[in-house]
Order: sequence, then C-alpha cells, then structure tokens
Amino acid sequence: MGAVFALVTVLAFVIVVYVGVGVAGLKSLFGIVVPYAAFLVFLIGMVYRMIDWAKVPVPFRIVTTCGQQKSLRWIKRSRLESPYTNFEVVLRMLLEVFAFRSLFRNLKAELKGPNLVYGSYKWLWLGAIAFHYAFFTILLRHLRFFTYPVPESIQIIDQIDSFFHIGLPHLYMTDVVILAALTFLFLRRLADPRLRYISLASDYLPLFMIYGLVISGVLMRHFFKVDVTQVKEFTMGLVHFKPKAPDVGVIFYIHLFFISALMAYFPFSKLVHMVGVFFSPTRNLANNSRAVRHEPAPWWKKPKFKTYCEWQEEFKEQLIESGQPIDEDCYKKK
Amino acid sequence: MHDAGKVIPGIIAFVVLVTVPFWTNFGKAAPKPQPEIPKEYKKCVESRDFMRREHMKLLRKWRYDVVRNNMRIYINSEGRPINMSLQNECMRCHSSKKKFCDVCHDYVSAHPYCWNCHIPPEEKKGWATKEVKSLTEEASSKQPASHH
Repeated sequence: MGAVFALVTVLAFVIVVYVGVGVAGLKSLFGIVVPYAAFLVFLIGMVYRMIDWAKVPVPFRIVTTCGQQKSLRWIKRSRLESPYTNFEVVLRMLLEVFAFRSLFRNLKAELKGPNLVYGSYKWLWLGAIAFHYAFFTILLRHLRFFTYPVPESIQIIDQIDSFFHIGLPHLYMTDVVILAALTFLFLRRLADPRLRYISLASDYLPLFMIYGLVISGVLMRHFFKVDVTQVKEFTMGLVHFKPKAPDVGVIFYIHLFFISALMAYFPFSKLVHMVGVFFSPTRNLANNSRAVRHEPAPWWKKPKFKTYCEWQEEFKEQLIESGQPIDEDCYKKK
Repeated sequence: MHDAGKVIPGIIAFVVLVTVPFWTNFGKAAPKPQPEIPKEYKKCVESRDFMRREHMKLLRKWRYDVVRNNMRIYINSEGRPINMSLQNECMRCHSSKKKFCDVCHDYVSAHPYCWNCHIPPEEKKGWATKEVKSLTEEASSKQPASHH
C-alpha cells in the first residue's frame, strides 16, 4: 500500500507541474517561488532539527559496540568496533559516513529446513554506496549551472563522468549507476515479504522522488531537449537573487519541482539521516564508561538527605514525651 | 544545548556547504552569453528554438548519415536541401568558432569533441599569421581522439 501511495504522490507532482506550467503557464510560481520556498524549508528545517537534537541530553554512553572493549592490557581490543578515545570515534564515524561500514556487516537470515542460517549479504551495502556516491557526484556536477566560470574540478568530474562518449550529449556513468541502484533498492523492498511488510510510504516516497528527479533529468538531457543556455541563465539568476523563469519545456519544470519537493521533504523525512548520522549517540561516543565517570544526566540533582540527628531534632519533643532515648552524640561538639 | 562546541561548528559547516552557490556568486555580475549571429543569413537549418535545443542531436545524426550511410543531403522541415557538413555548411555562416560555438559551450561548460577531428575556420580578427600558426599547431597536436 505504501508503495502505491508514494507512486500516486509522485505522479501527482508530475500532473500538478504539467497543468501548472504547461496549461496554466504559472512559470514564475514553479520556477521561482517554489524553489526558493523549498530551499528555505530545507535550510531552516535542517538547522532546526540539529538544534532540536542537540537539546536532548545523552546521559549514558550507549555505544553500539561489536568488538572487544578496552580492558586488561593483554586482552586484544577492537579500536573501531568499540572505540575508547575520541580519535577512534572520529575514525569510526569517518568510515561510517564515507564507507557505510555498519551496512557492510548486514546479514541475511534464512530458514533452511529447521535451521535459521545467517549469511553474508553485501548487496544492500553495494546498492546504498553506489546510490549515494552517484547522487553526490551528480550534485557536484550540477555546480556547472551555479558557477561562472565553472571551476576546473567540476569540469573534470563532468568529463570523467561522460568518459565513454556514448551519445551526444554524452551519457553520464552516474546516471546509469543511480538508476540501477535505485531500482535495486526499490525491488529489494518489494522482493522480501518481511521487508515489504515493514516498508512504509515514507520509505518509498524518497525513492520515487529521487527516481522522478533522475528520470526527468535524463529525459531532459537526452530526449525532450531544453535550451541549456537559458536554463543556466535561470539558475545563475536564482543564485544572484534576480531570477527570471526560463521559457523552456515543461520537463525542466518537472525536474525543478522534484528537486524542490525533495529539499522541502528533507527535514521531515528519513532523509535527515544526512545530518542525523552525526547525532547518533550509538556511534558518536567513546565506549569508556568503565574508565571515566561521565557527567550525570542534567536533570540529576543531589538528593536531599536527612541525617539521624536532623530527624531527632525535628521530633525531639515527641521522642522525649514517649521516653525514647536521645542520642547525645548529636550535641557533642566536633 | 549540549555539546555546543561541536554542534554549532557543525551547523555552520552545514549552512556554508549547502549555500555554496549563493556565496561563491555573491557580488559577481551574472554573465549573459551572446553568441554572434551572422547578419547576412536569416535562416538556419531549422528554426532558432530547434537549433538552440537540438543542434547536438542534429549534428550527431548528420555524422551518422554521412559516415555510415553516405547520405550527404539533409532535407529540413521546410523541404530545403542542405549539405550535411559541419565545416562547409554550418561554419559557412557561423564563421567564427570563438564568437559562436564557444560562447555558449564555455558558459554551460559543455565539451563537444567536434574539433578533435574537424578544423575550425580561421578566426578573422587579430594577427592572421599567429592565428594560423596556432591553429595548425592545435590541429597537428590534437590527435583525432574519437571516431564513433
């Protein structure tokens, strides 16, 4: 059901833009208002999420470890799986962010007759890393529309990406990779009944939105051509705050709407893992609670104790009336 | 806020990174590419909008038709026959690569490989001998890198 809902949503995006721009001619709305608004939502939303997370106290070291922690000297410890110093935490985070190390440990559980068998399953890691790096390269490549003169490094990325010179304009490798990876990530959710059961519309929607984004981009580059010079005049206008909606095909507005929708959706969806990974207390802490006494929780206050002497002082009259002995030590001078 | 010493630099880094296009262009004028349009010719192969959008696909089709099929005449949408040749037909009117092709290609950072094999016409202005020298040098130094 989730997949159907997400698919209908994405198709509705296309129809809205097609009607809005193609029929009603609302080019300024879809070309200027929507992108600016979406970028503002993205920027403010992400900063808000980060501040919101930073307000949450983490009183305990809740590191997810999967290796021997630092213990006695002769016991070999695992520096990355159970980091002890901040440097080891940084290494662990770097590998997590750039190499998706925790996904690499992904296993597949299967019932083989009566036995539950676990096996290595790197496909998720491969699909994820292919998708993320392709998307990142595509993002960097798009800087050619937002800079003039275009930096040499961006041009080099562009030329490496179109290295095979297939077609004209040249086919980008990353376009092929990201489509393949997205297809895998989508089919993976559908193929496994258990995974399908736990997949929600909010799992499918980002996939479909990025699908729409990539497909509209590929179509625009290779099939429904638009005048790219006008497009760049428009994007440069956006970053100079002097935008003028371009007179190009609807496909460009669809592409623009998809990226706007994705930006606006970012802070509200699972996509915030982009910054959330840095806020994961299970990853960004050192597992050293055996060696270091950490600050107690901020709401922890020293409890108010009542000593026996104070208690005796409070009920002194009642104690004497009922003939209880009085501890004289309380009145001795120290 | 907890760990403000780490979180605030992180937020600043995030904001700086995602606003790269805004601050790298701040204060710079937005350039507008103005390719030189030949004055003595009024009509290109197809309509102006079509040429702006699809000239690369058209040229690719021409290359295929000429090289693979030995077809040298293109009939445009008006029924006018046109010689399919970049050097002899396109550049006949658009006589300057620098003032026509390169203007937009540099602007959008497109890197067409036409001139790996073809020789652009002489640029007219400037020191003719110098230009010729540099052009022949360029032509001889550049190997025809791709024959698709």
